[in-house]
Amino acid sequence: MTTTPATPAPPTGYDDLPRLMSLMTGDEKHGPAATSTLDALWVLYDRVLRVTPATAETPDRDRFLLSKGHGPMAYYAVLAAKGFVPVDWLPGFGSYDSPLGHHPDRTLVPGAEIGSGSLGHGLPLAVGTALGLRARGLYGRPGRDPRVWVLVGDAELDEGSNHEAIAYAGAAGLDTLHTLVIDNSSATYALPGGIAARFAAAGWSTTTVDGRDHEALHAAFTAPHPGRPHAVVAAVEPAYV
Amino acid sequence: MDTMRERFAAVTSRLLDEDPRLAVVLAEIGTDGFDAAGRRHPERVINVGIREQLLVGVGGGLALAGMRPVLHTFASFLVERPFEQVKLDLGHQEAGAVLVSAYGSYDWPAGGYTHMSPGDVALLDTLDGWTVHVPGHPDEAETLVRRAAAAGDDKVYVRLSGQSNTAGRPVDGAGFLTVREGRAGVVVAVGPVLDDVLAATEGLDVTVLYATTVRPFDGAALRAAVGAGRSADVVLVEPYLAGTSTAYANDALADVPHRVLGLGTGRRELRRYGTVPEHVRAHGLDAASLRERIAAFTAAPAAARA
Repeated sequence: MTTTPATPAPPTGYDDLPRLMSLMTGDEKHGPAATSTLDALWVLYDRVLRVTPATAETPDRDRFLLSKGHGPMAYYAVLAAKGFVPVDWLPGFGSYDSPLGHHPDRTLVPGAEIGSGSLGHGLPLAVGTALGLRARGLYGRPGRDPRVWVLVGDAELDEGSNHEAIAYAGAAGLDTLHTLVIDNSSATYALPGGIAARFAAAGWSTTTVDGRDHEALHAAFTAPHPGRPHAVVAAVEPAYV
Repeated sequence: MDTMRERFAAVTSRLLDEDPRLAVVLAEIGTDGFDAAGRRHPERVINVGIREQLLVGVGGGLALAGMRPVLHTFASFLVERPFEQVKLDLGHQEAGAVLVSAYGSYDWPAGGYTHMSPGDVALLDTLDGWTVHVPGHPDEAETLVRRAAAAGDDKVYVRLSGQSNTAGRPVDGAGFLTVREGRAGVVVAVGPVLDDVLAATEGLDVTVLYATTVRPFDGAALRAAVGAGRSADVVLVEPYLAGTSTAYANDALADVPHRVLGLGTGRRELRRYGTVPEHVRAHGLDAASLRERIAAFTAAPAAARA
């Protein structure tokens, strides 16, 4: 990860996010597909994750891994709103000299834990990160145990590598691991029985919520799940209708 | 004498006791060797089951969390099957790891092509920044595994083999060793092919260099061995795909007219089972075949036969 350069006090409200996204896209208004991750990302960064630009390098910070690297404008907007990324980087989005690509690169984007774009890499990396934090002995201090979050898309779950990670994490009882599935019904072949059932069958704790309802998201993100990894399926408007 | 794999497990088990940053990740294969270490360090000996994409992904995640991961399985399942994970979960993330493979090109011929990985080193050559060790003896494997584990956050591949030379040599994890000196050409023997190369060049007026670290390629040693002559003949003998290091030799000799013969395993699937010696012969890597090919290429006077 790179560190955040000196930057003026960031804008911070949820209401600032559309403006920040517009800096990248030039569009006045964004359709739901472009913002499928926006509400869940905001609630995570605003109320759940224990990480700030000041703690972005500390060993016991919470980790958020954006596995679904496509359409990262909402992610960059949230990172800018929280002060990880300077707002004046946003207009260059996707240009040769910009650190902000159409898929994020962890070596270029302050606050980004992984580079992503190729689907199916975030969950296995998150499993390894959770195992590594445990092996470093960073647990056992109430309120400071680092947690690992990874965001995947519903269609991303087509990739078999996810299922290697889901099966192992469930069997291993990796309860510091959290998967946020943004379900905008973009998979051509929906998982029979639903996404949560696939996680539950592997031994995960699961909750399915309205991906636009901030209180419901917060409740799902903070639900206790002792001894089991936790999956939150956040349902939003279908991407292609 | 123990095998390279047995030595790897024993040495790495001891390293786990000494270095709290070290973690071993396995995918069911090779777990027996780490049973005892796993009881002592249950959080740093991790078996992910038969899941090789996860094996490499977990390695990347461990590194991102500050650990030094050592990943082990057969070469075909460590490099070939999860190659995109090697490319992205390690390289692209700037995450280091030690990959230790077994079975190489044809260590288990009766197992057939599914368990052969003659292209592992060539595949890694498409990526940036990998160190590649190819030990030729269990003692060398120990030295190189220790160096790999201690190599900061470097990306290191250690290619263990069931094939071994009779004696280990004082390898240092970097340069080539000069084993024999001659004037009519230079033969570079990589890892376990050394004994056959020495037998093949007995009495031939050639220099033999011994390489157990092939990436980075010790071009300076090759250039020095070629000497101040007006041209150079070089033979590379590698226990994986023929010609894998030819471009590296060419680069090292860019300032001198030269010819390079790359010997190693063939691309064509043999579709044969059998034994290691039979496969060595089939690829023309036995001492008699090597002698014929090296002598013909270098036109080295065979003193013993003259």
